[in-house]
Amino acid sequence: MAIAQAGPPKARVAPWNDPVIRGWFFQLVVIGSVALLAWYLVSNTIENLERQQISTGFGYLGQEAGFEIGDSLIPYSPADTYARAIFVGILNTLRVSVIGIVLATILGTLIGVGRLSPNWLLAKICEWYVEAFRNVPLLLWLFLIYKLISDLFPGPRQAISLLWDTIFLTNRGVYFPVPFAHDVHSWIGVGLLVGIAGAWLIHRWARARQAATGQPFPSIWVGAGVIVGVPVLVWLMGGAPTAFSVPALKGFNFQGGIVIQPEFTALLVGLVVYTSAFVAEIVRSGILALHKGQSEAAYSLGLSRAQAMRLVLLPQALRVIVPPMTSQYLNITKNSSLAIAIGYPDLVASINVTINQTGQAIENVLIIMAAYLSVSLTISLFMNWYNRQIALKER
Amino acid sequence: MVKRTMAAAAAALTLTGFAGAAQAGPDFDAIKSRGHVICGVTTGLAGFALADSQGKWKGLDVDLCRATAAAVFGDAEKVKYVPTTAQQRFTALQSKEVDLLVRTTTWTLQRDTALGFDFAAVNYYDGQGFMVPKKLGVKSAKELDGATVCVQPGTTTELNLADYFRANKMNFKPVVIEKVEELRQAFFSGRCDVYTTDASGLYATRAANAPKPDDYIILPEIISKEPLGPVVRHGDNQWGDIVRWSHYAMVEAEEYGITSKNVDEMLKSDNPVIKRILGVTPGMGKALGLDEKWAYNIVKQVGNYGESFERNLGMETPLKIERGQNALWTKGGQQYAMPIR
Repeated sequence: MAIAQAGPPKARVAPWNDPVIRGWFFQLVVIGSVALLAWYLVSNTIENLERQQISTGFGYLGQEAGFEIGDSLIPYSPADTYARAIFVGILNTLRVSVIGIVLATILGTLIGVGRLSPNWLLAKICEWYVEAFRNVPLLLWLFLIYKLISDLFPGPRQAISLLWDTIFLTNRGVYFPVPFAHDVHSWIGVGLLVGIAGAWLIHRWARARQAATGQPFPSIWVGAGVIVGVPVLVWLMGGAPTAFSVPALKGFNFQGGIVIQPEFTALLVGLVVYTSAFVAEIVRSGILALHKGQSEAAYSLGLSRAQAMRLVLLPQALRVIVPPMTSQYLNITKNSSLAIAIGYPDLVASINVTINQTGQAIENVLIIMAAYLSVSLTISLFMNWYNRQIALKER
Repeated sequence: MVKRTMAAAAAALTLTGFAGAAQAGPDFDAIKSRGHVICGVTTGLAGFALADSQGKWKGLDVDLCRATAAAVFGDAEKVKYVPTTAQQRFTALQSKEVDLLVRTTTWTLQRDTALGFDFAAVNYYDGQGFMVPKKLGVKSAKELDGATVCVQPGTTTELNLADYFRANKMNFKPVVIEKVEELRQAFFSGRCDVYTTDASGLYATRAANAPKPDDYIILPEIISKEPLGPVVRHGDNQWGDIVRWSHYAMVEAEEYGITSKNVDEMLKSDNPVIKRILGVTPGMGKALGLDEKWAYNIVKQVGNYGESFERNLGMETPLKIERGQNALWTKGGQQYAMPIR
C-alpha cells in the first residue's frame, strides 16, 4: 500500500503550465526560428545573386583553371580543372600543417623541458625563446624570414654548393638530389610498412614477456633496426639502384633533383617557431602539474631517471598536456593560411584565384570552410581519441 | 501564413524596386543622397592611382573618379577612394562597397557577364609585357623557357602568362603574391627572373620602385590585349551611362581642343559641338539626369583626356609613356569618343 502512495499525487495542470509540454514547445520555437532564419538567408542570397545576374552553382569546378601553381605535390598544369587546382592547394596546406605539427611538438617539448632545467643558462635561453616568439605576430615573423631567405642567399648562378656540388642553396630554394624513379621504390615502401608492423609486434611481445617474467628486452633498439633493416634489405634485393638525379644549372634555374622553395621554408619555419613557443609552455605546465611525490616514489622503487620520466611522469603529464595541445595543432593548420602573404600556394591561394577568375565567391568560401572544418575536426577527433586512451581509467 | 506574408513582402519589395528604377537608378540615388562617389582604385600604382605625400590620390584612374564626381556634384573633390587588391576588387564592387571600380581592370567577356558587371568604357589600352634584369642577357620573351616569373594572383595577367608559355611550349615557375609591394620586393631581390604585368604597370614599377631603373629592361613582346576601363554593377544603367559619358566627355574635349585653361573662353565658342558639350545648348545634361554644366565641370576641374594622360603618364613624368594606342583616333590612336549629341 505504501508503495502505491509513494509518488506525489498527479495534479491536473493546464498544458501551458506542464513543464514537459512547455519544454517541447520552446524547443520547437527555437528550432523553427533557426530554420526560418537559415531559409531566409539562403533564399535572400540566391534571389539577390539572380537579380544582379551573378552566376551560381558548382559547375565551374570542371572548367579549365588556366593558372599555374608554383609548388605542387601532384602533377598539375594550367590545362587541369579548378577542382584539381583546389585539391593541389589542400595538399599544400596539409603538407605544411602536418610537418609543422611534428616539428613544433618536438621543438616545443625540448624548449619546455629546457625551461625546467637546473642549468641556469639553458633555462634562461629557453625562457627568452618563448617570450620572443610568442609575443610577436606570426605574420611579422613570416615577412622577416622570407626577406632573410631572399636577401641572404644568392641567385641560382652564384648558388652556394655543398657536398661536392650535389646540394645547392639559392634564393629560389634548396636543391637536393633524388634517386631516379625505379620499380624497387614502391617495394621499399612496402618493406617500410612491414618493418613498422614488425617493430610493433616485437614491442608488444617484449611488454608481455616483461610483465610475465620481469625480464626486460631492448625493444626500442631492435624495433628501430627492423624499421630500417627491412627496407634496406628490399633495396639490396632489388639490385641496389644508386642512380641519382642531381640538380644542375640549366638556363635560368636548376633542373633535376627536388627543390624546397623559400615560400614553403619561410612558412614552415615561421609556424614552427611561433607555435613551439606555446607548446613549450603547455609541456612545462604539464610537468609542473605533477606532485613532487610522484618522481620521488618512482626513484624509491629503483627506476632510473629515464624510466621514471617515461613510465611514471610523462603518462600523467600527458593528461594535462593533450587537451591544450589540440588547440595548438588546430592553430597551426589555420595559421598556415597566412601563406597568402608570402606566396606559398596553399588552399586559400587556390581558392582566391578561383574566386577571382570565376567570380563565384559564395561557393568557393563554402568549399574553403568545408575543407578547414574537415581537417580541424579530423585533428580534434584524433586528439580526443588519444586523450581518452591516456585518461585515468577507473575500474 | 508565413509564406503568404513573405510573398507579399517580396512583391512589395519588387514593386518599390521597379518604382525606383523608373525615376533614377538605385546606385545613382544612393550616391546623390550620400554626397560623394566611392571609387575603388589600386593599392598604389604610379600614374594610375597613388596617394602622394599629402595623402592626395593622383593618377589617370583617379582622374576618372574625379570626373564622375564633377559631373554629379559639380565638385571633383567629392570622391572617397577605397584601395583594393586585385583579388578584393570584384567582391568590393559586387557587395556595393564601392560605386565604381577604376582599377586598371581588363574588360573580358567573363567579367562583363558572369560577375554581374558592366564595363563603361576603356580609359587605357594596354597589353601585357615582361620586365627582366639586364644582366640576364635576355632579348626576347621567347627565350624565357624555365624562368621563374613573379605575377599577381587573380588577374588576367596570370592567365595570359600561362597561355603564352603553353602556346610556345615553354615552362615557367610562378611566384604568386597578392600584395603588389611584396611581389615587387620579391622580383627586385632576385626571387624571380621575370616580372610580368601590363606594360604601363611595368613602366610605372621600373620608374617608381626599381633600386636602379637602368638595370631592368622591358622585353619587346606584348602578349595580350588589355583594355582597361571603369566597371559598374548591373542594375543601374543610368549610373553606368554617367561613368561612360564622363570618360567620353574628357576624350571629346581633347578632340575639340577644350582644356581646363581655355574652357571659360570656349563657352563663347560658335561651334555647335562645343556648345553642346559645355551645356551652352542645353539637353545633354538633362538626358543623363545631371546638371547641364556636367562636362564643363569635368573639363574645368579635371581637364581633358590628353591633359590627364600627360600629367600622370606622359613624357614629363618619370613613367615617360608615349600616347601610342591611347592617342586620339584622329592621331592614329584608339581613343574615340562617341558623339555627344
